[in-house]
Amino acid sequence: MARRGTTGRARGAIAALAALPLVLGACGGGSGGGSAEASADTLRVLDYYNSDPNATLWNTAIEACGEQIGMKIDREAVPGETLIQKVLQQSSSKTLPDVLMLDNPDVQQIAESGALAPLDDLGIDSSGVAEGVLKASTYEGKLYALQPVTNTIALFYNKKVLEAAGVTPPTTWDELKAAAATLTVGDQYGFAMSNINTYEGTWQFLPFMWSNGGSETDIDTPETAAALQLVKDLLDAGSLSQSTVTWSQADVADQFAAGNAAMMVNGPWNFGTLDVVEGLEYGIVPIPAPTAGGTVVSPFGGEAWAVPQTGDEEKQKKAAELVQCLNSDENEVTISLGTGTVPTKPELAGQVTSKNPNLQAFADQVPDLRARTGELGPEWPDAATKIYTAVQNALVGGMTPQDALAQAQNG
Amino acid sequence: MGELVTPGRPGTLSTPPAVPPAERGGSHKLRTRLVEVAFIVPAVVYLLLFFGYPVVKNIVMGFQEYTTKTFFTGEAPWVGLANYRTVVGDAIFDRSVLNTLLFTAGSIAGQFALGLAIALFFHKRFALSGVLRSLILLPWLIPMIAGTAVWRWILDADNGALNRILSAVPGLDLSPNWLTSTSLALVAVIGVNIWLGIPFNMTILYGGLQEIPEELYEAGALDGATGWRAFRHITWPLLRPVVTVVLVLGVVYTLKVLDVILGLTNGGPANSTQTISTFSYDMSFRQFDFGAGAALGNILIVISLVFAVVYLRLNRRAVDE
Repeated sequence: MARRGTTGRARGAIAALAALPLVLGACGGGSGGGSAEASADTLRVLDYYNSDPNATLWNTAIEACGEQIGMKIDREAVPGETLIQKVLQQSSSKTLPDVLMLDNPDVQQIAESGALAPLDDLGIDSSGVAEGVLKASTYEGKLYALQPVTNTIALFYNKKVLEAAGVTPPTTWDELKAAAATLTVGDQYGFAMSNINTYEGTWQFLPFMWSNGGSETDIDTPETAAALQLVKDLLDAGSLSQSTVTWSQADVADQFAAGNAAMMVNGPWNFGTLDVVEGLEYGIVPIPAPTAGGTVVSPFGGEAWAVPQTGDEEKQKKAAELVQCLNSDENEVTISLGTGTVPTKPELAGQVTSKNPNLQAFADQVPDLRARTGELGPEWPDAATKIYTAVQNALVGGMTPQDALAQAQNG
Repeated sequence: MGELVTPGRPGTLSTPPAVPPAERGGSHKLRTRLVEVAFIVPAVVYLLLFFGYPVVKNIVMGFQEYTTKTFFTGEAPWVGLANYRTVVGDAIFDRSVLNTLLFTAGSIAGQFALGLAIALFFHKRFALSGVLRSLILLPWLIPMIAGTAVWRWILDADNGALNRILSAVPGLDLSPNWLTSTSLALVAVIGVNIWLGIPFNMTILYGGLQEIPEELYEAGALDGATGWRAFRHITWPLLRPVVTVVLVLGVVYTLKVLDVILGLTNGGPANSTQTISTFSYDMSFRQFDFGAGAALGNILIVISLVFAVVYLRLNRRAVDE
């Protein structure tokens, strides 16, 4: 009894506090304009596409879809790192938008909280979408979000440097070690990747771990240890800078662009950065497999669109129509080409890679892509933390890969 | 608050001229009290809203299972000391406590020593001393996140400015991994925090030095107390109250430092720069375990509280004297 009283009051207070910034923001005349209006013919959309090319492309697509379903759009784009905070605030103040974009590994956690409506009940058709992609947005058997485009990571290499050294892009771990060693000359490292102590570091380690048969449900296995040993070997051989433990993926791209690394693990969102570098010619191949002919299993990135529980059923139906429209074949192709991503429907890949061959290495992986939250669902952040902790302990913490993984797994 | 103020209003706004003198005395007193209350109320409301509420909320949250779900459902089950058991049992906890102590002690020692040295230096007026003294305040004016970005670049092992300079020194062949080695990262982070804290220490200590009467030094000089002896027997005893303030405030500020560490190392590599505050941030805003994050925050509040009490005690004694 007493407890219920406290939480009730606390909830009211949280709502009041959470609303405060919104009120202040509204006073400041934010760029979104009139975010609090609740007219029946307007859908509120929240995403984090706040820089180009994403901002413009998505805005065009969303506006066009709004017109198609006969609804006005009130779109707000917040900085990426503040999206979840915003969603949590809106959850507690019951001001969730009608359509919400989420980074795919966050979908299940938000679905678990009860804030999202199951899309099956709203008549969404998800046919043609790769199974791994759907799995990321499925919680307890129900689909909660639909993801139109995706990306993943691959091996970028500096064409001129490899040619000059007579090295062909590696396809196996042994070839990777040999190539990285040969390409390490003077100030130039042969290889670069991010092993930072955030989820970004985990994301970069996953292709090595998964391709070798490792699993996030138990990282204390010989398969995962061998994958970690590979990275440690590259570091110990001097082919990989020790700064790998502080580099974000953007830092890795900067190193590659500046000619400090001959090869790097990174994603297609760097095309913009790399294409403006004068004299840089790069190629992209899949991340090397443990042995010749092995399958490379990579995690996929990208965002999915969900319909929050707003209590307004009519609007939720309209919101679902908008989500469906954003996932149309036409939109998937247009947005893929514009933002350097690949469609989540494998059959559309050809339409994209024919126009942008750089995306081939990424499109090839789509059918085998694996969701980070596929096994553990909302528990994924816990496992992701264990993985980057173990990686850092093995690389610079003076532990062997086996010990580091065992310690991380067993807490 | 509205009810309290209303009775006084008619009197203040449209003063009725025909009030008997006897009554006027009573209402005047009442009015004075109401005015007093009116001045206090905003401060009290502000304190309760922006200090009282978050602290109480944080303490309560430390005993709840407070996750992303809580925000939607409003349910935060009471779990007693489970959050405290989780964080204290975590492998990172011991290290973060030790790091917090090392970070605080190292930062304070460095900031104070350098701050005092610079304050003493500027106490002797010389050409451009005013300009130079204001330049020392620069670290204070730079947004911290920009400051740490520049320091990351300076301290980078391969291409950083510091190691470039070191490599130019003849006979010296080393390029330390400032931010990526588990043994050096904490040293580097403390170094940057010292740089950041010097202006605060210097400003307050310089103010304290200005308060010391010049005659004392003249009298001391006649008795042969100059240089070190003047500092030891005149400056230091008279500066003591200011020193106490600087040190205690410095400790409280340093215990909770978050942005410097997040910007430089993010608590890494391999948790070697994880402090209680970065650990708390990680729990709350990366793993969304707000209960555990709050528990760590509460531990930090208790530690800060000890120093705050010490500060108030010393402050009162200084006033009494």
